[in-house]
Amino acid sequence: MKRVVQAWLVVLAASFFVPGAWGQATSTRLLNSGKEPQNWLTYSGDYAGHRFSALDQINKGNVRSLVAKWVYQTGATGKFETTPLVVDGILYGTAPDNRAFALDARTGRPIWLYQRQLPADIRPCCGRVNRGVAVLENKVFMGTLDAHVIALDAKTGSLLWDVASVDYKLGYSFTLAPLVVKNLVVLGVSGGEYGVRGFIDAYDAETGERKWRFYTVPGPGEPGHETWEGDSWKVGGAPAWITGTYDASKNELLWPTGNPAPSNRGEGRAGDNLFSNSLLALDVDTGKLNWSFQFTRHDEHDWDSTQVPVMIDKGETHLIAQANRNGYFYVLDRTTGKLILANPFGKVTWSNSKDAEGRPVAVKESTPTLEGRRVCPGAAGVTNWESPTFDSQTGLFYVNAREQCDMFSTAPQPYEAGHAYYGSAYFPADDTEPFWGALRAIDPASGKVKWEFKYPSPSWSGVLSTAGGLVFTGDSEGNFVALDAASGKALWHFQTGSAVYAAPMAFAIDGKEYVAIAAGSSLYTFGLP
Amino acid sequence: MNSRAKKGAFPVTISIRAALLICVLAVAIAVLAQDKNPFAGNAEAAKLGEFQFRINCAFCHGLGARGGGRGPDLTRAQKRHGNSDGELFTTINQGVPGTAMPPNGTTGQGVGMTEEEVWQVITYIRSVQLKAPAQPAGDAVHGKKLFYGDANCSGCHMVEGKGGRLGPDLTAVGMARARDAIVDSVRNPSRRLAPGLLEATKEFPQEYETVTVVTVQGQEIKGVTMNEDNFSLQMMDASEQIHLFEKDKLRSIKKSRTSMMPIYSATLLSDKDLQDIVAFLQSVGGK
Repeated sequence: MKRVVQAWLVVLAASFFVPGAWGQATSTRLLNSGKEPQNWLTYSGDYAGHRFSALDQINKGNVRSLVAKWVYQTGATGKFETTPLVVDGILYGTAPDNRAFALDARTGRPIWLYQRQLPADIRPCCGRVNRGVAVLENKVFMGTLDAHVIALDAKTGSLLWDVASVDYKLGYSFTLAPLVVKNLVVLGVSGGEYGVRGFIDAYDAETGERKWRFYTVPGPGEPGHETWEGDSWKVGGAPAWITGTYDASKNELLWPTGNPAPSNRGEGRAGDNLFSNSLLALDVDTGKLNWSFQFTRHDEHDWDSTQVPVMIDKGETHLIAQANRNGYFYVLDRTTGKLILANPFGKVTWSNSKDAEGRPVAVKESTPTLEGRRVCPGAAGVTNWESPTFDSQTGLFYVNAREQCDMFSTAPQPYEAGHAYYGSAYFPADDTEPFWGALRAIDPASGKVKWEFKYPSPSWSGVLSTAGGLVFTGDSEGNFVALDAASGKALWHFQTGSAVYAAPMAFAIDGKEYVAIAAGSSLYTFGLP
Repeated sequence: MNSRAKKGAFPVTISIRAALLICVLAVAIAVLAQDKNPFAGNAEAAKLGEFQFRINCAFCHGLGARGGGRGPDLTRAQKRHGNSDGELFTTINQGVPGTAMPPNGTTGQGVGMTEEEVWQVITYIRSVQLKAPAQPAGDAVHGKKLFYGDANCSGCHMVEGKGGRLGPDLTAVGMARARDAIVDSVRNPSRRLAPGLLEATKEFPQEYETVTVVTVQGQEIKGVTMNEDNFSLQMMDASEQIHLFEKDKLRSIKKSRTSMMPIYSATLLSDKDLQDIVAFLQSVGGK
């Protein structure tokens, strides 16, 4: 009898993967992603930005026996930044130059491949990168380097719709993974290096029609416009190039923004420069701003606040935490946007005091000069865009941190449409010690670092935590590592052969757990033997 | 759209000739576009080029293009990878394989430059280039003698295939580094350790750090770090033996930022002799 039941289960499981029963990620499933840990339905794995997997088959006890299961070669060069999604056994990912692919997640064998024909004169500031797709029902969505938003057929990869968001020749592009909420595809634009005017867009998933746009630099008559000098708002930057999170209880997107332009020259844009380097709470249906919090006012160090904001709930308190590029770990009240805590989680020299609200205040000596000034952190920040993770089991927030200071110099530079607009030069600080990095486990209650795992050089990898008591991350020496989430002890590693520029994720098929990471030009998956 | 090709509107031979002609013309135009700087001598373009240079190039080549510990001094008239405008364009746009010079737009430093901006940078480099080609101030022949003889540089360093392996190969260093940077690295070898292996996807190179390990058998081995990650170590000892270790199988690892290279003070190597050695390195590196 037992055998018969098992056979039935196998048949049921198998039927899930035959083409006729192709799984579709409905908006309800996206909302309740926690109920199906075998899938990975959004960029951060859930709307809260936790990048946590409830799967525990791979755990502290057996992780030492983890082996490679399959490797998919994209054939693309450049930084491979994707977080793949998995929907009912199908894995969807992207690779440089706006490649997209659907694979059989059990074998890594491709079902379809797509590559966009890009114009020769796109402006990708920092590599021809893409961080992943979003899915809804029969569609897969990607933002492109020529600033289009496209929908592909989830079964075939055929182009279903293609919408130009803005003129890419002015320096705009999309590099982030879109976020689907309800029937909307939400994206923030890249281009802070070109003097763009940043925005966040929402498109109708069915038709591609744009439903709303929120300009992150307010125009005349809009609140915050007064924080820009003269016409500087027109080229004020404040891109929004990392995927935000979604608070369903308030119907609110929580979306971070990037640097004001030009990034290293504050002259000519006197004021706080709202809403650069901010966290925005936007009504998802209308794009209306409910509240905002600015992490770095009048930034002159390129410290984009484009780090995934992480929702943490403790009883009746609803918090949002962000490990910011400026070196501070922030906790805000998600209901009001009020600051609760700001504590450095790496070396910081730009501030030594706080204002009445508790915000770090910049010291005068941190302002870049023509000759250059040494400031910590450097332009890459204590952290950058690499995803953090929050593990509700340990209660810890994990993020890769960088210890690097830079010389910041400023230079007057005329704005020329579509051309780089930094107002600066970068050159190395005269440090004799090499820059290094560490994975840090932060207690969000205090903002204090509980443990760290050091790397010889700083890592650009995101972090995944799992119910198996593990934290997975990559390093710049090419290792994919599993650590004990409680102690930070390395339990397992695999040399991928390339510095890691992506975040890990986990999924399961046929009752077997897998962990995946993009590195080099390959997507690696690991499982138990 | 395809129907025309299928029907063959032109006799095949003519269409091939036409296609060939178009190809030849296209190549000619491309070559012209690659070879001639449209902004040559234009002061305004040089100014715009300076902005681009600061953003994209100064990190290694220094402010004012005078070079640094990482990249060559570009104010020298002679460029190792080609002097003409067209060659400079190629160097900037495609990088130099096997060196730290990346193709345009692939580095995290700065953004990709348009063709126009690359020409502006070349215009800027020409504007700061020293009029007279810098003559090596020292005696290169004597410098070579010292390098392979009394100064014993060749005990650890190789030039054109001859010499030791413990330190960096110095064949290209005369052109790849500013003179001051070479002098400084001889006088103060530990001040800035030389970069070693740089992997394609890595942000920073391995440096020539000194490392001392003790094996489980109790054997102590001292040498330079060739490559290191959190779990493994490759090193070369003073007898040029390469050792590959898994870190958890070693009794201890001690790293030091004091170079294994001896400090060549002025009493050990006079300013004049050092000048001659630099002249030798520059005469080789410029080839």
